[in-house]
Amino acid sequence: MKPSLFEYSAPSSVAEAIEALSGDPGAMILAGGQSLVPAMNLRLASPTRLVDLRNVSGLGETVIEDGIIRVGAMVRHRDIELNDAVHQANPLIREAMKYVAHVPIRNRGTVVGSLCHADAAAEMPLVLLVTGGSVTAEGPGGRRDIAAADFFQFHMTTTRAADELIVHANIPGLPKGAGYAFEEFSRRHGDYAIAAVAVIVQRGSDGTVDAASVGACGVGSKPVRLSAVEEAITGTKMSADDIKTAAQSSQDYVSAPDDMHATTAYRRHLLVNLVRRALSSAEQTPAS
Amino acid sequence: MKPRKHSIPQSSADPKVMVRMTINGEEVEREVSVRMLLSDFIRHEIGLTGTHVGCEHGICGACTVMIDGRSGRSCLTFAVQADGADIRTIESVAGEDGELHPIQQAFQECHALQCGYCTPGMIMNVLSHFEAEEDLDLTDTGIRELLSGNLCRCTGYANIVKAVRQAAELTGRT
Ligand SMILES: Cc1cc2nc3c(=O)[nH]c(=O)nc-3n(C[C@H](O)[C@H](O)[C@H](O)COP(=O)(O)OP(=O)(O)OC[C@H]3O[C@@H](n4cnc5c(N)ncnc54)[C@H](O)[C@@H]3O)c2cc1C
Ligand code: FES
Ligand code: FES
Repeated sequence: MKPSLFEYSAPSSVAEAIEALSGDPGAMILAGGQSLVPAMNLRLASPTRLVDLRNVSGLGETVIEDGIIRVGAMVRHRDIELNDAVHQANPLIREAMKYVAHVPIRNRGTVVGSLCHADAAAEMPLVLLVTGGSVTAEGPGGRRDIAAADFFQFHMTTTRAADELIVHANIPGLPKGAGYAFEEFSRRHGDYAIAAVAVIVQRGSDGTVDAASVGACGVGSKPVRLSAVEEAITGTKMSADDIKTAAQSSQDYVSAPDDMHATTAYRRHLLVNLVRRALSSAEQTPAS
Repeated sequence: MKPRKHSIPQSSADPKVMVRMTINGEEVEREVSVRMLLSDFIRHEIGLTGTHVGCEHGICGACTVMIDGRSGRSCLTFAVQADGADIRTIESVAGEDGELHPIQQAFQECHALQCGYCTPGMIMNVLSHFEAEEDLDLTDTGIRELLSGNLCRCTGYANIVKAVRQAAELTGRT
């Protein structure tokens, strides 16, 4: 199918983009188009105007400053995946990126676009949540930072105002020596996750877990932190038993109803196993 | 009964835009509807019909072309987004005298196509990986992962996997 009619703007500055958005309540931002264009082709979305970010200057940069990776709105998934400095600062990103669609889609789709699209099963929102990152929004009233925990509201819904543009995402690097893992289950390679789990653990010199950040996507209407798992694993030395017990406590976080991919009971089973696997593989990363 | 008279609008309400790009080394310029997909631009405006359209929502990969040196879905890109871009389609892959590119040759020799509908997208995707400065994982799993964004309803993939490996041998790619 083909998209319905729309007006088109390709502004050259963030200010002009915000103006175009404010002037038309049915306007939508076009970044890589890898979620919006299929929705338009299927007529699930019919924006009255597209505000294309491709000519806006300054949105294509990735900067690492004070341990934070700042990813501009037009930085493609594939750019981040192949960026070695990003990988050094936060190896969890490349690990998660492997599961995002396929290379031709990652070549066009953007990290910020994926955060704004906020699919409940998407990988990048989960990475932003477990790393404690944020996005920077700019609107007619100026800029504000929105923490990941406040940004994602519901499947495909965020706290971004309609006349705001997300100028960049701020993804913290991992603490030095932290163990990390990303585990996902999907029906086919490149599909959205039926469930996925991300883990970051910081351990003392004797192997005791000082802090843990564990989250999941695909199990509810937005990515969630599994705080019961974090509490259960903190203070342990991550023995196989500790990991098993902690993983077991993830079950209650499944809120997704039965759907065509999986039943709730199956997702619980999946989540427990993915948490167990992710903790075990994060345990292997040497603490230093 | 008198037939009802419909007035014909002065012009279409569909907004138009001028786009310029390079396709297979040649500059092209057309005024098109802003909602025209790059796949339709290539096929209907330019007349290069080697780029196929299967699903029009990013799943099948039949429409894969190279956009500024990287593979991309032409059905998920508006023609206007490719303004100023360098596009390569399947028509650019064989030599001018019709000599097949090693990837095409390997597909032919390994019987990696039956109806051929998926083939242009497969080849453009494989070509983009061969041209990129990346190590290729030429195990079965690695090749299957590389092909994962391209669907084929005929072959069952086994011969396509073989063809990619043979193409790597022919081109000395590792
Ligand atoms: C076949 C297929 C499989 C896929 N599989 C996966 C997968 O497994 N995992 C996954 O995470 N994704 C998947 N995707 C989606 C892909 O990751 C998209 O690239 C991404 O979700 C959106 O990024 P984009 O740049 O293409 O955004 P667009 O499609 O351009 O925009 C998406 C939405 O975000 C808004 N938006 C974009 N940028 C901004 C901004 N700067 N400020 C405010 N709003 C903005 C748009 O208005 C729109 O509502 C898949 C896509 C396809 C076609
Ligand atoms: S036609 Fe573009 S991916 Fe199927
Ligand atoms: S050869 Fe027919 S779809 Fe692949």
